[in-house]
Amino acid sequence: MTSGSNPRGHSPRVDLLVIAELVERGSRVLDVGCGDGELLKLLIDTRGVHGRGIEISQDGVNESLARGLSVIQGDADTDLIDYPDDAFDYVVLSQTIQATQNPRRVLGEMLRIGGKAIVSFPNFGHWSVRTSLGFKGRMPVTENLPYSWYDTPNIHFCTIRDFVDLCRDIDAHIEKAVALGAGGQRMTLNAPWWFWNLFGQQAVFLLSR
Amino acid sequence: MATPRQPAPPSGASQARSEADTPSSRIMRFGEAQPLILESGSRIEQLQIAYQTYGSLNADRSNAILVCHALTGDQHVASENPVTGKPGWWETMVGPGKPIDTDRFFVVCSNVVGGCMGTTGPASTNPATGQPYGLDLPLITIPDMVRAQAMLIDALGIERLFCVAGGSMGGMQVLQWAARYPDRVRNALPIAAGPRHSSQNIAFHEVGRQAIMADPDWRGGHYLAEETSPRKGLAVARMAAHITYMSDEGLHRKFGRKLQDRDHIAFGFDADFQIESYLRHQGLSFVERFDANSYLYVTRAMDYFDLAADYGGRLANAFLGTKTRFCVVSFTSDWLFPTIESKSVVRALNAAGAEVSFVEIETDRGHDAFLLDEPVLFATVRGFLSTAANGDGSP
Repeated sequence: MTSGSNPRGHSPRVDLLVIAELVERGSRVLDVGCGDGELLKLLIDTRGVHGRGIEISQDGVNESLARGLSVIQGDADTDLIDYPDDAFDYVVLSQTIQATQNPRRVLGEMLRIGGKAIVSFPNFGHWSVRTSLGFKGRMPVTENLPYSWYDTPNIHFCTIRDFVDLCRDIDAHIEKAVALGAGGQRMTLNAPWWFWNLFGQQAVFLLSR
Repeated sequence: MATPRQPAPPSGASQARSEADTPSSRIMRFGEAQPLILESGSRIEQLQIAYQTYGSLNADRSNAILVCHALTGDQHVASENPVTGKPGWWETMVGPGKPIDTDRFFVVCSNVVGGCMGTTGPASTNPATGQPYGLDLPLITIPDMVRAQAMLIDALGIERLFCVAGGSMGGMQVLQWAARYPDRVRNALPIAAGPRHSSQNIAFHEVGRQAIMADPDWRGGHYLAEETSPRKGLAVARMAAHITYMSDEGLHRKFGRKLQDRDHIAFGFDADFQIESYLRHQGLSFVERFDANSYLYVTRAMDYFDLAADYGGRLANAFLGTKTRFCVVSFTSDWLFPTIESKSVVRALNAAGAEVSFVEIETDRGHDAFLLDEPVLFATVRGFLSTAANGDGSP
């Protein structure tokens, strides 16, 4: 459940910068599926947050530890129940929801533990995905979805519109949403959902209860 | 049943005997003005603590790491053991450039109260009688061991420890330190441990104690005065315990059903199998270096440990408001302190809002993995110690 690869030393991915902007300074943040800790480190360095992480892979946990982060080796699907209500201001799920067994339950737990939840995910409704499936009849393999269908950790893809439906379903309030285009650029804020759904390659949502 | 091969004359035994009172390591003595008040209400009037240090204490005394040893360990964490002549028990972990880097940190390791390597224990001479304490020493608990360590740390002029680290019983002490002295522990590293001794663990310890007490040479605990030694009982206790330190897969990988020095089974009760021979060796070499009564005391201390019980039955209460940074480590094949025990600590720390990391290391080497060459463990410890928490900087 590591977040996408990004060799150290490179500038942070745009979706991580978007998340960082959504987080208030000095707040308490739990990053679920924190990978090598890149986002947590960014949040601590630029937003002065009190950050904690959960990561399933041993390599990710050790890399995070080596960055001085507090990270628990664990599984988003089973280990969120260990956290008390309102333990954090934000619970972040960056590029991880598609790898969870039960995204609906995970989202519910996130909103229980944190006042706010931030979720970023690759949009399966992007035109390139539709083209790959619709015209070539093949599962897409792109920069954002780099795995072949038979060895992917991603088991629950969704589109931006699917995600919006899920939020309605669990009574999560969408405070903000940002779609990122193919080049990582932010897309116009006042476009309708269908437009984002077709042209957004990634989406970042800020939710509250 | 055939008796095990008769051991060689006790070469290390006399050395072990003298280590109990006059250890070949540093000693801190506390007079009657500073008795150790025990959890049982009893007290030890003249406490002696044997310890070793490695590296040097920095000017602001902020780089001290207290290493807590396991059940049958001692203060010789990174230096030759005077009884066995073997390297320290955590030489792989502690030393210059090692994960617990003595070029950077000042490492202190003391023998626990109830031990037999120079800290007051049942083999020590009772100043009131001039005879070994034997069972006259009051029962010791993990909190008692930690209180004695705190007296040592005070005496060394160290206000706050950079880290308290240890595995197994040492990990229990780490948890006790963090719960009892939250302001004195900046980082805590409990490895292959838990907040309590389980029923199964108590059961195995009881087998060991009964083996010792069933040995006619135990003499009601007075064997030192009567110049005997419950060697067979202690060896059996060690054999039973040793099985719990390994895993079934690990044993199978190492020994399987391989025969020892023969091509076919001998239809007798000699050590046909390598595992039998290995256990007998473990048992016999243990009696050379360890005191049987000490084994009774220290196992009992572990059995009594139940951190949550001391905090109203809720483990999180032990850590409420803590500023200590924790790194909890478990091993997949450890059935003495399985991962679920470590996870209960992590859960409690989460509930208490503590800063906690947790790693479950995959290995088939069982509980003993914390003493072995485990690269992931080294990487974890190095990473945890080499980065200071959120600006709570040095050293």
